[in-house]
Amino acid sequence: MLTREDVEKVAGLARLKLTEEEISEMADKLSQVISYVTVLDEVDVSNVEPMAHVADVANIFREDAVRESLPREAALDNAPKSDGKYFLVPQILENA
Amino acid sequence: MSISELTTAELQSGLQAGTFSAVELTQSYLDAISRREESVGAFLTVCGESALSQAAAVDARRQSGEQLGTLAGIPVALKDNICTAGTKTTCASRMLENFVPPYDAHIVTRLKAADAVLVGKTNLDEYAMGSSTENSALGKTRNPWDLQRTPGGSSGGSAASVAARLTPLSVGSDTGGSIRQPASFCGVVGMKPTYGRVSRYGLVAFASSLDQIGPFATDVTGAASLLEVLAGHDERDSTSVNRPVPEYSRSVEQPLEGLRVGVVQEHFAEGIDEEVASSIRAAIEVYRSLGAEIVDVALPHSKYGVAVYYLIASSEASSNLARYDGVHYGHRASEFENMVDMYAASRAEGFGDEVKRRIMLGVYALSEGYSDQYYLKALKVRRLIRNDFDAAFKNVDVIAGPTCPTPAFKIGELVDDPLQMYLADVYTISANLAGIPGISVPAGFSPAGLPIGLQLLAAPFEEEKLLRAARMFERETDFHTKVPQF
Amino acid sequence: MDYTTIIGLEVHVQLLTKSKIFCGCANLFNPDNPNVQTCPVCLGLPGSLPVMNRKAFQLSVKTGLALNCDIASFTKWDRKQYYYPDLPKAYQISQFDLPFSADGWVDIEVPSTGETRRVRLIRAHLEEDAGKNIHDESGRGADSRVDLNRTGTPLLEIVTQPDIRSAEEARIFLEDLRLMLRYLAVSDCEMQEGSLRCDANVNLHVEENGETIPTPIVEIKNLNSFRGVEAAIEHELKKQVKAWQTDPRRMGEVPKTTVGWDANRNATFEQRGKEEAADYRYFPDPDLCPVTITQEEVDEIRSTICELPGVRRTRYVSELGLTPYDAGVIVDQGAEFASYFDEVCVTCGDGKQAANWVTQDVQRELNERKLEIGEFPVSAPVLGAVLKKVVDGELTIKSGREVFATLLSDAGDGTRISAERIDAIIADKGLGKEQDTGKIDAVIQAVLDRNAAVAEDVRNGRMQAVGPLIGQVMRELKGADAKDVRQMILDKLQG
Repeated sequence: MLTREDVEKVAGLARLKLTEEEISEMADKLSQVISYVTVLDEVDVSNVEPMAHVADVANIFREDAVRESLPREAALDNAPKSDGKYFLVPQILENA
Repeated sequence: MSISELTTAELQSGLQAGTFSAVELTQSYLDAISRREESVGAFLTVCGESALSQAAAVDARRQSGEQLGTLAGIPVALKDNICTAGTKTTCASRMLENFVPPYDAHIVTRLKAADAVLVGKTNLDEYAMGSSTENSALGKTRNPWDLQRTPGGSSGGSAASVAARLTPLSVGSDTGGSIRQPASFCGVVGMKPTYGRVSRYGLVAFASSLDQIGPFATDVTGAASLLEVLAGHDERDSTSVNRPVPEYSRSVEQPLEGLRVGVVQEHFAEGIDEEVASSIRAAIEVYRSLGAEIVDVALPHSKYGVAVYYLIASSEASSNLARYDGVHYGHRASEFENMVDMYAASRAEGFGDEVKRRIMLGVYALSEGYSDQYYLKALKVRRLIRNDFDAAFKNVDVIAGPTCPTPAFKIGELVDDPLQMYLADVYTISANLAGIPGISVPAGFSPAGLPIGLQLLAAPFEEEKLLRAARMFERETDFHTKVPQF
Repeated sequence: MDYTTIIGLEVHVQLLTKSKIFCGCANLFNPDNPNVQTCPVCLGLPGSLPVMNRKAFQLSVKTGLALNCDIASFTKWDRKQYYYPDLPKAYQISQFDLPFSADGWVDIEVPSTGETRRVRLIRAHLEEDAGKNIHDESGRGADSRVDLNRTGTPLLEIVTQPDIRSAEEARIFLEDLRLMLRYLAVSDCEMQEGSLRCDANVNLHVEENGETIPTPIVEIKNLNSFRGVEAAIEHELKKQVKAWQTDPRRMGEVPKTTVGWDANRNATFEQRGKEEAADYRYFPDPDLCPVTITQEEVDEIRSTICELPGVRRTRYVSELGLTPYDAGVIVDQGAEFASYFDEVCVTCGDGKQAANWVTQDVQRELNERKLEIGEFPVSAPVLGAVLKKVVDGELTIKSGREVFATLLSDAGDGTRISAERIDAIIADKGLGKEQDTGKIDAVIQAVLDRNAAVAEDVRNGRMQAVGPLIGQVMRELKGADAKDVRQMILDKLQG
């Protein structure tokens, strides 16, 4: 079952900031679901290929042709923060 | 009888005959919205003005004798996870509350080309994750048959809109039953086409290998007309299948000869309400009386469907929803310590509880050390579920059964019990996992007056057969003609 | 201290397609105009879907074949998930367990050891490039800026085995790779523009008490010049040797570290931010279909591969008798230049002559005029025709040069020259080599008659007096070979 530590680790990977209370509740509810899905343990899947795509389609390509791009204003229109040329984000710590 | 109680076909002939204009028609639906929407809450956005101007354009073109599209002047509502250029597309999420796409979804382009009148955007469970529309962050939708009950979900707004006759047609999306289950709860026709039949381009992804757009209508013929417009190949969706679209609306009236109807006995075992079971048994008898052969079929792996579904859908969702990080669009938290914290805070504020739970489940199921046990295992059982259907459809034309184990449940009843909520999708989920088409048609009412839906499933790309079989049943019954009074 | 240097490279190469890998936006380096090459797909907008660019896949397979890789008959695309502002979907579409190609190799010649080193390749796979983050360097903590023009550029990742044994070998490997990719016309490989980028994994195998001890691996990220690659690896090796001597650590005792290279300070710096244990949660992208490829399709792509630099170099030496140096000079100029040389060579029938002209005369003119070989006014068949006359003895080398110069000055107005002009120039200027010995003899006799005193001096052994005589003969007989004339004069006076 999922511990609080598991939940915290997963929340980190998921980039979700959870309150203490939410962590406990998440541990509870996810544990319920995880324990439910153990029903799959009884299925024998040896020699079964995983099915990632349900449509039996392969080799779908587009030709290498340029199409018009969006104007910059449209690209930036929904940006939470922009200077009219770029998307802006808080300083990325890289070259510490 | 008011205009807004007519079927799609009746509306089409009324428009052609000049009994009423598209503007009059649209106005009468907008009037219905202004009278009843407050109680139902089907819409997140109503585009009254643009709808009327589209209708006026249709009228003008009709007057000048132009060739019009097949849905000319017919009002259609769209689930608010389908992108509309210049009109907010929110997914009923705080995250996208103010998101205005710069482009139209493929099906929006097709609807416009068919001269349909786009009336508005309907409510849903946030990002289509839920079975009651209660997970919407932006509004509450009620079941027109009982305002204390949910309309089902996630396409609850689209189902309620048609049930309350706020629009004759609407569009939803179905990932695990999100069209069929609310259709069943609201007493309307709802259909999930074969995976790949309708382009997903512009449908905000929940679970990409399961999502499919489909129609709602008051009757089967209406659903056929709408599907005919929605379906078709789109080069922008690699998973959209390139094969011709039959004229569903034309063939739907032809009954099927020698129909073989499959019945899964397990569907009537545990968990099903007796009132649902008896309506569905009665529906199967209708087919028998029409000369169909009723055949028992086995789908031994379908009982694993819910587990498989929640692993696959959540895994894909955790990835599809990673992009909402407050950088390029969507909600950004106003307070944060640094960039990583900005991501985490924005997502915490932007997403509701159910969305967070599914993201967490999906991240867990894909994470190192667990993905073989959960995600990969689910993909393998998925194939077994598909194999069951392939075997079954060698013997039968359609499989008939209940859409849901119960009629509509009360608002708030299952909110704190996600697992029980998930189990409400037990009959619909397998069709998404197998990629096959399914339809829910009105098949009765519970003693409390709540609609009950009959689900029919067919082999891939057998939409035509499915619609014809559904229409055979509908012709013998009058459940679809009932309109909720509130 | 007895140790071996162990280096493996991860090379990223942007492919030369017109449009991006999954959408129709232009694939152009355009940093001065940020965020103008985007659309719903490469912005990762909700609802958008990717569709694979056929050309990108074909160029990838072509490269895989040139790198001696096996091409998989079935391949698929996976999502690699991590958060970064230049990655709008928060996952990169890449290839995980079934790349389109694997198990290749490249042989490089290492001058300092005189040996050939075979660098095995683990795999090459196709993925999408990210955008670009521009950091505030003022130190005031201003926002970083994000440009998504580059997002979705088709990118080939080539991963070597740790077969490289020195910083020099790493540089040579990259230089050879670049030349090959340019021959294949799959990438322009401009390191400055980021269309060729390299990460290096470096460690040591220390021999101590009969044991081979691997030291912890350090990954150097984003090396963007050949000099940088060599310098950064040298720097890192020195650091690791010193580290072993002061505080010996084995692989596994400390986590793998990632450093960046600061070319200005000539030093590496530790990178933070991506430190948290990476869990990319790869899974097959449900939006993209798998790709299958038949042997016939592979063969068809293989047939489009031109003669590659290594093969060409060998042929020039063994078949045309060029020196390895000349062969290298020609091959290193690129496929177009080498093809020009090949054509000149075939037309004139003499490899050495062709090599002399192409590496000297042609190269000098190209440099002076700042032209690419494709823009050079004297085409290969025309130069070949001039040289054929030299080879056949119809034209002296000196006259050949004059024809060449005239052809070039004729081309001043931008017109391309046809071979017919050659004969006209020769005729106009009387450059044709005079082969009528009777006529030459008559002219010499006339000159000697007019300059009896000078002729006498020569007869008496004042050899420097022969020059003016030759000069007079040559003025009358432009196409004569001065060497032949000199001999004939001497024969007459001393014979």
